[in-house]
Amino acid sequence: MPALGADMEAGTLVEWLVKPGDRVKRGDIVAVVETQKGAIEIEIFNEGIVSELVVPIGAKVPVGSLIARIGDTGVAPPAVLQAAKPAPSAPISSPPKRIVPPQPAVIAPVGAMKISPAARRRAAELHIDATTLRGTGVDGAVTVADVEAAAAAVAIAAAPSPRKAFDPAEMRKAIAAAMGRSKREIPHYYLTHPIDLSLALSWLERFNAAQPVSSRLLPAVLLLKAAALALREVPQLNGTYADGVFQAGAGIHVGWAISLRGGGLVAPAILDTDQRSLPELMSQMRDLVQRARAGGLRSSELASPTVTVTSLGDRGAETVMGIIYPPQVALIGFGMIGARPWVVENRVEPRPAVTVSLAADHRASDGHIGALLLSAIERLLQEPEKL
Amino acid sequence: MSTLITYREACRQALRDALLSDPKTFLMGEDIGRYGGCYAVTKGLFDEFGEERVRDTPLSESAYVGAGIGAAMVGMRPIVEIMTVNFSLLALDQIVNNAATIPHMSGGQFAVPLVIRISTGGGRRVAAQHSHSLEGWYAHIPGLRILAPAVLEDARYMLAAALKDPNPVLIFEHVMLYNNEGEIDPQVTSVDIEHAKVRRAGTDVSVIAYGNGLIKALAAAEALAAEGISAEIIDLRVLRPLDTPTLLASVAKTRRCVIVDEGWKSGSLAAEIGMRIAEEAFFDLDAPLRRVCGREVPMPYAAHLEDAALPQPADIVAAARDLVRPA
Repeated sequence: MPALGADMEAGTLVEWLVKPGDRVKRGDIVAVVETQKGAIEIEIFNEGIVSELVVPIGAKVPVGSLIARIGDTGVAPPAVLQAAKPAPSAPISSPPKRIVPPQPAVIAPVGAMKISPAARRRAAELHIDATTLRGTGVDGAVTVADVEAAAAAVAIAAAPSPRKAFDPAEMRKAIAAAMGRSKREIPHYYLTHPIDLSLALSWLERFNAAQPVSSRLLPAVLLLKAAALALREVPQLNGTYADGVFQAGAGIHVGWAISLRGGGLVAPAILDTDQRSLPELMSQMRDLVQRARAGGLRSSELASPTVTVTSLGDRGAETVMGIIYPPQVALIGFGMIGARPWVVENRVEPRPAVTVSLAADHRASDGHIGALLLSAIERLLQEPEKL
Repeated sequence: MSTLITYREACRQALRDALLSDPKTFLMGEDIGRYGGCYAVTKGLFDEFGEERVRDTPLSESAYVGAGIGAAMVGMRPIVEIMTVNFSLLALDQIVNNAATIPHMSGGQFAVPLVIRISTGGGRRVAAQHSHSLEGWYAHIPGLRILAPAVLEDARYMLAAALKDPNPVLIFEHVMLYNNEGEIDPQVTSVDIEHAKVRRAGTDVSVIAYGNGLIKALAAAEALAAEGISAEIIDLRVLRPLDTPTLLASVAKTRRCVIVDEGWKSGSLAAEIGMRIAEEAFFDLDAPLRRVCGREVPMPYAAHLEDAALPQPADIVAAARDLVRPA
């Protein structure tokens, strides 16, 4: 059971998307796990053949438990499924050792099971185990109709269990646990800085004028990209802190804070945020919001953020003073974009502006580093065409 | 405009057409001339065409079939009639050792464009020496083409196609078909002698039959439809060479198959058909193959026993029902 964030202790397996004998490769979604953050799709990071599903559907098991085995392409001994690479410092208990004694081959009594040739073929096509069916054919043989009826029953049984998006009460508990831990453990320091967005917004207006409505960018994308690029310059704020040690992130995977209808929030990662174009980031943000609300986030998205960015957008507050999501070391917040009095060449004039804030872990960095990040963000936003 | 004709009349029109269209064609057989034929198929042709072209023969199947082979080898187009398939055994040597082999053994120097019409089958209360269905035996022999017209159209037009074949063709006319009456589509003026035909489309079970078995299978399909079972009825038409693709296509669709054959089950043509399906459509089958064949007895004389010995529509219904809706 992968850890989908530091606050996750256990998960309930709600759906297997593979079965023994299936070949899997890195990135395949193999299961769905119900967590406090809703239903999460679990990806696999190994290649091989599923040899055993250990945890049945409906079982709740602690993080680190063995949930399935995969083997190499053939006879190699099964390996433990590494369902997702956990956040580097997330506590992972070592999977319990489980010795599976060799199974004696089961030999069906000769003639006990009658399955018509066509039914056998159809069963293979529909992934139905025909030996478990009751036959209605000649001499009680399993027929194509029996197989198709069984497949239809499976489909009906599978259909009415739509994944639950999330339970607000459970989500609240998860947030409480994570934020409580953050405030108990992390000595935050806060910096804020107002940034003139007139250049960025006028560039954006020109860019959007040439785009169809569906491809237009929101200002938040510029802020996200600027933050990600600034983190390249200030890597001390991108990573995790645990057991007295800061570990820099292997890439810049910004967790994008998404508030959910009905309360709660989740901050799934946009992998390699700094390397993506603005249109790519826009479509990824849309996709994440949609899946976060519908319950289709993937394990890698929850386990991999190296920093969090939150943008309150037009919802209202001028400045965010965020709480770091452990074990990350920084949270970058953007307040509401709005017209502010701005001093330009000794005159005061209205300019669209945003206040960027940084909440950072003082164990891992100092205020000077934080200031570098904010000024880098400001500089990057003055050259929007380079974002 | 079309009028009702009988199967017998369709056969007669085919013979008359053949005599009119090709001076090399002549008829030969026992009682086919002055008497008009044992089943009255040739009635009137003697008067119209004379004794040169409608020839009564001595009661020696071996002699006149052999004469037919000789005539065919030298360029004539003889149509020989054998009164019943049981009697054809007297000509077996001529048919199997000569007609079927001469084109091969002469290295292609001699063709044998001979047509032999043979009546076959039971149901007329003429007992064990006049009622058997031995066409399956002939279907065993390479070098022969074996036809079994069941419908009027085939009775009317298979002969012309057979006469065009440079090799010997045997046409088996089931004795119970002669009085069948119907209309022939005036648009149809020829038929092929290569393919089996779906006479009634269906989805649940394929019934393969020929000759009078086809008529019984069609009756069975009607009864099965009333039970909600959709039977596909295939008229085999050509017993050799078998049109296997048509059979396989039907079985691939219905996944079940009943084979109707008035011949005895052991070593029957039905056995050959079933085996081909088992070999080539095994993975399409959703039920065992079934055969409805003649009982393995010499044909009884008594009516109720003869009926019991022959495949009947009720037997076909029962076999098909058992495959589609086993009890």
